[in-house]
Amino acid sequence: MEKIEFDYSKYDFKNSTAKYKILFNEGLSEEVVRKISKLKNEPEWMTEFRTNAYKFFVKRPVPEWGADLSKINFENITYFARATDKKTNNWNDLPDDIRETYDKLGIPEAEKKSLSGVEVMYESEVVYNSIKKDLEELGVIFCDTDTAIREYPEIVKKYFGKVISPNDNKFAALNSAVWSGGSFIYVPKGVKVPMPLQAYFRINAANMGQFERTLIIADEGADVTYIEGCTAPVYSKDSLHAAVVEVIAHKNAHVKYITVQNWSSDVYNLVTKRAFAYENSFVEWIDANMGSKVTEKYPSVYLMEPGAKSNVLSVALANKGQHQDTGTKAVHLAPNTSSVIRSKSICLNGGRTTYRGLVKVKKGATDVKSSTRCDALIFDDISRTDTYPYMEIDEEESTISHEASVGKIGDEQLFYLESRGLSELEAINMIVLGFIAEFVDELPIEFAVEFNRLIKINMEGAVG
Amino acid sequence: MEQIDIKGLEVSVNGKKVLNGVDLSVQKGKIHVLMGPNGSGKSTLANVIMGNPKYAVNAGSIEFDGEDVLKLKVNERAKKGIFLAFQEPVEISGVNTMNFLVTAHTNLRGKNPELRKEIMKKMGELNLSELFLKRSLNEGFSGGEKKRFELLQVMLLKPKIAILDEIDSGMDIDSVRMLGEITKKLSEDTGFLMITHNDHILDHIKPDMVSIMKDGKIIRSGDYQLIEQIKKEGYGKLI
Repeated sequence: MEKIEFDYSKYDFKNSTAKYKILFNEGLSEEVVRKISKLKNEPEWMTEFRTNAYKFFVKRPVPEWGADLSKINFENITYFARATDKKTNNWNDLPDDIRETYDKLGIPEAEKKSLSGVEVMYESEVVYNSIKKDLEELGVIFCDTDTAIREYPEIVKKYFGKVISPNDNKFAALNSAVWSGGSFIYVPKGVKVPMPLQAYFRINAANMGQFERTLIIADEGADVTYIEGCTAPVYSKDSLHAAVVEVIAHKNAHVKYITVQNWSSDVYNLVTKRAFAYENSFVEWIDANMGSKVTEKYPSVYLMEPGAKSNVLSVALANKGQHQDTGTKAVHLAPNTSSVIRSKSICLNGGRTTYRGLVKVKKGATDVKSSTRCDALIFDDISRTDTYPYMEIDEEESTISHEASVGKIGDEQLFYLESRGLSELEAINMIVLGFIAEFVDELPIEFAVEFNRLIKINMEGAVG
Repeated sequence: MEQIDIKGLEVSVNGKKVLNGVDLSVQKGKIHVLMGPNGSGKSTLANVIMGNPKYAVNAGSIEFDGEDVLKLKVNERAKKGIFLAFQEPVEISGVNTMNFLVTAHTNLRGKNPELRKEIMKKMGELNLSELFLKRSLNEGFSGGEKKRFELLQVMLLKPKIAILDEIDSGMDIDSVRMLGEITKKLSEDTGFLMITHNDHILDHIKPDMVSIMKDGKIIRSGDYQLIEQIKKEGYGKLI
C-alpha cells in the first residue's frame, strides 16, 4: 500500500537543557509552589492564591469520568524551567537554539505579514513579546501574565481567578498553584484590534509540565482575535500541559479565540477555558485538537446578560493511541441569549473521540436559542466515537436543538475521487478536509494553509 | 491504437455472480452503445472497468492496449485515460467543486493556467451555472445537472476511453440532443462506451457498434444494421 509522507520533523526537534538558567527537579510540594512565587517576586496575594490552590489540588481526586488519566504521575513532572534570563521584543536577542525553534515554526515570518502582536512561551516563561506600536498607543495591552501582575496589578487583581476559581477542578487547581507565563490581553473601550494577536507555546524538555495562565479582557465595544498554537518534540515519557484561560467580554465586545493544538503524542493536555459574556457581547471559541495523548478540554461560555451570544466550533482528530475528550458548555443565565455549538470529530487507527457537552438554561432566562450539531467521521472498526450531550433546561420558553451524525468514510466517495486520478490518500485527505471545511473557513487565510497541512500530517497511517 | 478489450469477464458481488463471461471492446474514435434492461449488468461492467473494489473479478481479462488493467489501481486506470461518468455521482460535503476540478485536472492532464477560463467556457456550452463551482461537490445539483457535470469532466479531462453510465437518464430532450452533439465532437479523440436503456439517444448519435446485455451476458452485438433495427422496432423485441 501507499506510504504516507509523514513529516513531523518540523515540530520534533529537541534543544539541550544544559544552558537553562533554572530547571527544577521533578516533583510537587507546597515548597515548590512557594519557590515559583518567590522566583517571580510576586506580591503576597498571589503567593496566597497559589498555596490555597495547591491545597485544593491535593484534596481533589483525579477525575475518572472522562479519558484515562490514571497513568499521570505528578511526581515525575518538572514544574518550572527558565531557559533564558531575558524576555525580549527582538528575535535576535534570543539564544540561537530558541530563536531557531521559532524560525522553523515560521513565527517571525507570520508576525511580519499578518499579526498585530506575538508572544512566544518556551517551557515555563514567555521569551519574546511584541505588539504593534499603534495598538500600544491606543492602550491595548498584550504581555505575559507575569509581567501583567507587576505592571497592571489593578486590572489583574480584578479579574484573575474570577471566571475560573482555583477550586473549579483538579487541573485548574494545579494550574492556579504552579502557573507561569501565558498571555494577558486588555483591549480598551471601543478599540478594535485589526489583525490577530498570536501566542505560541513550546515544550522542549522531557517530563516538562507547562501551566500557562491566560487572561483576556475586552472592554465595552472592543474587538480582538487571539490565536494560540502549540507543539512539543516526541519523548517516550509523558509531559503535562494544564492551562487556564479566562475571557471576559464586556458589553458589545467581541472575542474570538482560536486554538490549534498539535502537542506531540505523549502530552496530557488538560485545559480549563471559560468566558463570561456580558450584554450583547459575542464570544467565539474556535478549537482544534489534533495532537496530545489525552485531551480533556471543554471551552465554555457563560452568557451572563441579555443579548450575549456564543459560537463554539471544534475539530478533534484522534489517531492511534490518542483520546480527544472534548466538548463545550453553554450556560444561559439571562434572557435573549443564544449559543451555537458545532463539533467535528475524526478517529482512525484505534483513536478515540468523545464529545461531552452541556447546554444549561437557568429559570427566567427566557427566549434562549441554542443549537448543537455533532458530526463524527470514523475510519475503521477499531476506532471509537461517543457523544454525551447533557441538557439542563429549567426555562420552558427556550428553543433548543441537538443533532448528531456518525459516518464512515464512504467507499463510493473514495472510488469517485480515485477515478479522477487521486490516490487513495489524496482522496481521504480531500474528504476529511471537506468534512472540516466550515472550521477552516473560520481561520485567517495564512493559518488555514498551515492547518490543512497539519491535518494531513496527523492523518498518518490513514491508508493501511 | 487505444482500445479496451474485455474477454470472458466473470464478476461477482457479495458472492453473487453478476457477469457471466462478457466479451466487448471499445476503440478510440468509435462509439459503442451498450443497451439492456435494468439489472442486466451494464453498470457492473462500467464499475469493473474503472476498478470499483466492491466487485470481485473471478475470470477473464480487461486489457488496455495490451496492458492488464485489472492489476492497476483505480487512479492508475484514470491516468491511463479511462474515465467513468457515474450513473449516480456521489455528493461530498465541504469539497469545493472548483478545487475538485483543478485537482482532477492536475492529476490527469497536468497543470493548466488557462483551466479556469476553459471551465467557464465549457460550463456555458453545457448550460451549467458558474455558481456550481462554489458549491460542495454534487451537492444541491439536480439529477440532470449532475449528469451534465459528469459530461463537463469528460470535456475537460479528455480521456482516451469514456464510459458513460446512463448519462442520458434524468436529462431533458434538449440535453440529450446536446449530449449527442458533444459526444460526436469528442469521439474523434475518445472512444465511448455509452450505456443506456433508452433508445432516444440513438436519434442523436451514430454509434459504430451496439451490444445488448441480459443476465450478465452480451446476447446480441452488431453494427449499423442492428442499430437500424433497434431504431425501428425498439430493442425490447431483441431480448
